[in-house]
Amino acid sequence: MSEVTTSRRAFIGISATAAAATAGFVALAPGVKLMDLAQAHADSKGASSKVRWGMLIDTTKCATGCSDCVSACARENAIEPGSGRPAQSSQWIRKIELKEKKGGHRELSLPMLCQHCANPPCVDVCPTGASFQRADGIVLVDRHICIGCRYCVMACPYQARSFVHEPLHNQNPEVPRGQGCVESCTLCVHRVDKGESPACVESCTHQAMLFGDLNNPQSEIAQRVATVASSQIRADLRLDPGVRYQGI
Amino acid sequence: MAANANLVVYRELANKRAFWLIFFLCGLFVAGGFLAHLTMEHHGHVITGMDNRIVWGLPHVFAVFLIVAASGALNVASTASVFGKSIYKPLAPLSGLLSLALLTGGLTVLMLDLGRSDRIIVAATEYNFKSIFAWNVFLYTGFFAIVGAYLWTMMERRMNAFTKPLGVAAFIWRLVLTTGTGSIFGFLIAREAYQSALLAPMFISLSLSYGSAIYLLTLSAASAIDGRPLGEAIVRRLKNLLATFVAAALYFVAVFHLTNLYFTRNHGVENFILLDGGIFTGLFWLGQVGIGSVLPLILLLAPGVSRYRILIACSAIVIGGFCQMYVTIIGGQAWPLDLFPGFLASSSFFDGEIHGYAPSIWEALLGLGGVALAGAIVIVALKLLRFLPERMDDATLDPSHAKANAK
Repeated sequence: MSEVTTSRRAFIGISATAAAATAGFVALAPGVKLMDLAQAHADSKGASSKVRWGMLIDTTKCATGCSDCVSACARENAIEPGSGRPAQSSQWIRKIELKEKKGGHRELSLPMLCQHCANPPCVDVCPTGASFQRADGIVLVDRHICIGCRYCVMACPYQARSFVHEPLHNQNPEVPRGQGCVESCTLCVHRVDKGESPACVESCTHQAMLFGDLNNPQSEIAQRVATVASSQIRADLRLDPGVRYQGI
Repeated sequence: MAANANLVVYRELANKRAFWLIFFLCGLFVAGGFLAHLTMEHHGHVITGMDNRIVWGLPHVFAVFLIVAASGALNVASTASVFGKSIYKPLAPLSGLLSLALLTGGLTVLMLDLGRSDRIIVAATEYNFKSIFAWNVFLYTGFFAIVGAYLWTMMERRMNAFTKPLGVAAFIWRLVLTTGTGSIFGFLIAREAYQSALLAPMFISLSLSYGSAIYLLTLSAASAIDGRPLGEAIVRRLKNLLATFVAAALYFVAVFHLTNLYFTRNHGVENFILLDGGIFTGLFWLGQVGIGSVLPLILLLAPGVSRYRILIACSAIVIGGFCQMYVTIIGGQAWPLDLFPGFLASSSFFDGEIHGYAPSIWEALLGLGGVALAGAIVIVALKLLRFLPERMDDATLDPSHAKANAK
C-alpha cells in the first residue's frame, strides 16, 4: 500500500513540476511569452492577396545554350546533383530547347519552372495540404506535412516538381529541403519577402526574365504584360499560371 | 444427415503442416518486404528504379492491383447478401476476409513506399478535401470498418439479421472505393494516358474480375489443403460469373482505347501503348489482352471445362491484371507530357522523351511483401477462426440441389 501511495505522490509531484515548467515555457512574465521570443519574424506581415507575384520571360532574348538561370537557382537553393541517375536529381528550373515540328525553322529556348498557377493542380491533389498557395500566389510545399506520395508530381502539367531521392547535404538554412519530400521552385520566396528578386531573374544577363507584381498596374511587369503579346503555357488547361512567356 | 443438410458447420483449418508451410513462406516474403522498406527509407528512393519522370513504380503496381482486387474479392459476399443468392452464403465470410486481407496488403505497400512513411500520422490528421487521395483515406478506413462489421454479422449468429443491410452498405462502399481508386488516375488533367472519367467504371470492372479470380484460387487452395471437396455446381456458377466479369472488363478497356483513338490529340499516346511502346505494347497485347482476357475467356467458356482449366484461367487473370496495372501506371508515366504542342522539345529533365523504367529488387521485394502479407492474414485467420464451412459440396451449399438429387 505504502509503495502505491509513494508512487502516486511521486506522480503528482512530477506532474506538478511539468505543469509549472509548461506554464513557464508559455509565460515568462505577464505579457512576455517564451513563444513570442522564439518567433524569428514576429512582426512579419505575411503574404498579401493584393499582390500576385509573377514573371514575364522574353523567349526572343533567352539564349540557346545559356543556363545562367539554372546555375543561379542551384547556387541560391543549394541544389546539388545527386549520386543517382540524372532523372533522380532535383531540377527547380530547366532550359527547354524547342523546334517547330512542321517546317522546323522556328527554334526557341526558354526556362521552365513552377508556373505558380492561380489554380494549381498540385495543391488540388495533395492529400495533406502540404502543397499550398500563399495569398500572393506563390505555390510552396510545407516540408513538415509532405508525406512524399508524389501525387503532385503526377498532377503538375509542367513537370516542375522534383522528389528528393536521397539524403541532402550543405543546405541553405533559408531554403529547407528534405529527403522523401517533393519540392519545386519557391520563386525564391525567402528573397522576395526581403524585397529582392528571384536568383534566376537577377542572374539573367540577357534581361530575358522580368519579375514583379502582376496586380500592380504601376509595376514594370504589369505594364509589359499590358502592352506586349505574351502567353501562358498550356493556357487551355485554364490554370492561370503566374509565369508568362513572350515570343512563343 | 439429410435433415441437417441446411445446417452449415464452420471449422478452422485442420491441416497444421500446410498452415505452417504457407505461414512460413508468407512470413519470409513479408520480412523481405520490410527489409526493402527499411533499405529504401535509409538510402532514399535513389536505390529504386523510380525517378522524377516515373514517380510511381512497381510498388504502386502491386499496391493498386491489391486494392482493386480487394474490392472485387467481396463479390461472393455481395452476391449472397445483396442479391440473395443463398448458395453463396456459406462462402461469404471468406470473401469478406480476403477482401480485408488484400486491402491491408495493398495499403501497406502504398504506405511503405511513401517518401516519408514515418509521417503516416500526418496523412491521418491533415486533410485536403479537394484531393481524391484524401477521400481515398476515408474510403479505405470506412471499408475496413464496414466489411469488419459485415463479417461480424455473418459469423455471429445473433447478428445475422443485420447481414443484409451491412452487405448492401459494403456493396455500395466498394463501388465508391474503386471509383475513387480509378479516379486517382482519371483526375490527372495533363496526362494523356489517363484524364478520363471512364477509368472509374473500368477499374470497377477490373476489380470484379481480379477479385473473383483471386477468390476462386484461394477457395480452391483452402479446399485442397484441408480436403474439403468443393461442389461442382458452385464452381460452375463462380466460373460463369468470372467469365462475365472478364468480358465486362475487356469491354471497358476496348471502349477506353477506342475513345482515345477517336480524339486526334490522343493518337500519340495510343500509338505508344498499342503499337510502338516496346515493353508496354507487349504487356498490353500479350499480358493484359491475351493472357489476362482472351485466354481466360476461352478456358472458362469452351465446352468441357475442368477444375484445372478454371484454375489456369484464374491464374492467367491475375497475371494479366499485373500486366494491366504495369501498362496503366508505368506506361502512362513513360509517355511524355506535351507542354508545347506542335514543337519538338528537349531538356536536361528529359522533356519530349519517352521515359524508361527498370524496377529494382527493393521495389519487387516490397510489392511481393504486400502480397505475402495478404496471404499471411488469410491463412492465420482461416487457422484461428471459423471462416470456411466444414463441407463445401453442393448438397451442403445448395439445399435445393440436394432435394433435386433426392428426387
